[in-house]
Amino acid sequence: MELGDIIIKFILVVIIFAISLVVAMYSTYAERKIAAFFQDRIGPNRAGPWGILQPLCDGAKMFLKEEIIPTNASAFLFIAGPSLAILTACLGSAVIPWGQNIQIGSRVVELQVADINVGVLYIFGVVSLGVYGVMIGGWASNNKYSLLGAIRAASQNISYEISMGLSIIALLMLTGTLSLRELAAQQHDWHWNVLRQPLGFLLFIVCAFAETNRTPFDLPECETELVGGYHTEYSSMKLGFYLFAEYINMFISSAVMATLYWGGYNYPGMDWVLVHTGPTIGPLIGVAVLFAKIFLFIFFFMWVRWTIPRFRYDQLMDLGWKVLIPLAIANIVLTGLISNYL
Amino acid sequence: MESLSNKRKLIESKPLNFWERAYLPAIISGLSITMKHFFRKPVTISYPEEKREFSENFRGMHSLKRDENGKERCTACGLCALSCPAEAITMTAAERQKGEEHLYREEKYAAVYEINMLRCIFCGLCEEACPKEAIYLDGDIVPADYLRKDFIYGKDKLVEAPLNQ
Repeated sequence: MELGDIIIKFILVVIIFAISLVVAMYSTYAERKIAAFFQDRIGPNRAGPWGILQPLCDGAKMFLKEEIIPTNASAFLFIAGPSLAILTACLGSAVIPWGQNIQIGSRVVELQVADINVGVLYIFGVVSLGVYGVMIGGWASNNKYSLLGAIRAASQNISYEISMGLSIIALLMLTGTLSLRELAAQQHDWHWNVLRQPLGFLLFIVCAFAETNRTPFDLPECETELVGGYHTEYSSMKLGFYLFAEYINMFISSAVMATLYWGGYNYPGMDWVLVHTGPTIGPLIGVAVLFAKIFLFIFFFMWVRWTIPRFRYDQLMDLGWKVLIPLAIANIVLTGLISNYL
Repeated sequence: MESLSNKRKLIESKPLNFWERAYLPAIISGLSITMKHFFRKPVTISYPEEKREFSENFRGMHSLKRDENGKERCTACGLCALSCPAEAITMTAAERQKGEEHLYREEKYAAVYEINMLRCIFCGLCEEACPKEAIYLDGDIVPADYLRKDFIYGKDKLVEAPLNQ
């Protein structure tokens, strides 16, 4: 790899990092605004026109708040918790193909940080690491509510990872590759995987809700039972990191869902567009399409949050073990039968 | 058992059928309900810019009235303070001097007239007690403030603006 490639990769990493932070920042604004619309309200509208400066004000507020580490907390782990949470949340973006190869000047640039051949496994690895941030933070707080929240988060993530993995196996049986780049390329034009794997997608999106701790699976931080869940004792920017990590997780899992099932950067008629707009603008339209899909998913996350009440804990476990896992296995069997005999 | 009223209702709890247990149709109908609200006009009234209409007999901030010649009506008789159930009103009376006839209607007037807006319950009894029709609760909402002492309104805030200015 020559120096130019390294610099381009570095720039790409910085851009993706900045984009995911900005998206996470404005997700907080979107969440409040969308919640308001769903409840016939207006939402934040004082900071700047339509309140678009609200996330900046919230950020400034978070930085200026007093930083509290409880006396009985384990100080090192208490700080490590939110750092891990946001680190693992950001890692997932490395393998997502953001678009087709783009030509800038005479150079062809790959719009993916790392095209590793086990991309799907990498995503799963990073996602399962995500529970450590919550777990360590909840344990280090030395507070029984935090601990309960952390335990819930751990058991919930473990349970739903199984059905998530099983739901993806059916997809992998059809595509025969673990590389996200190839997965995206296979769904060229309109051959989106969701058309071949509707049940698999349904299972995947339910598990994605559980993995990102979003309503109706937000038991780790359910404020009616556990004060604030695993981040009860957190204040200032450490709390901000936890909340930020949640939104980055949402962004990344939306990107993964769009890439795995909804064609990633592909859209019907993309070849025609590519020929007519050239090798620089064409792929950028693909990137825009991918982001449109991601934002639709984020909107769906929020839509569900402001519609459905939270599960009870036993219902959560029932759904995970008694419904989703059998369904995922049935989906695998069905996929195998259909792809062999039809 | 004979029921005492006809309000008793027998509730049947049937076991859920397959589609109800599948949970997805219920989620979809819930999502469509929230989506309907998404496009509905917000009911919010953005308060300082927009104000909702008050009823005609709304009781807001007090004002001390002047008569048709611009003289203060209040004679510091103290009936409002006496009638006040929250003991929010205090006043100091003074005698009108020569040359002040254009300011005060009677020989006696209130040199200090203070209402503590934190104590006031806006019942309107002062208005009813006043024999001179000098005090009315016809103003706006009393605004918020930072310090308790700023809620004690003196004559500078209470007396109506002079007529020809």
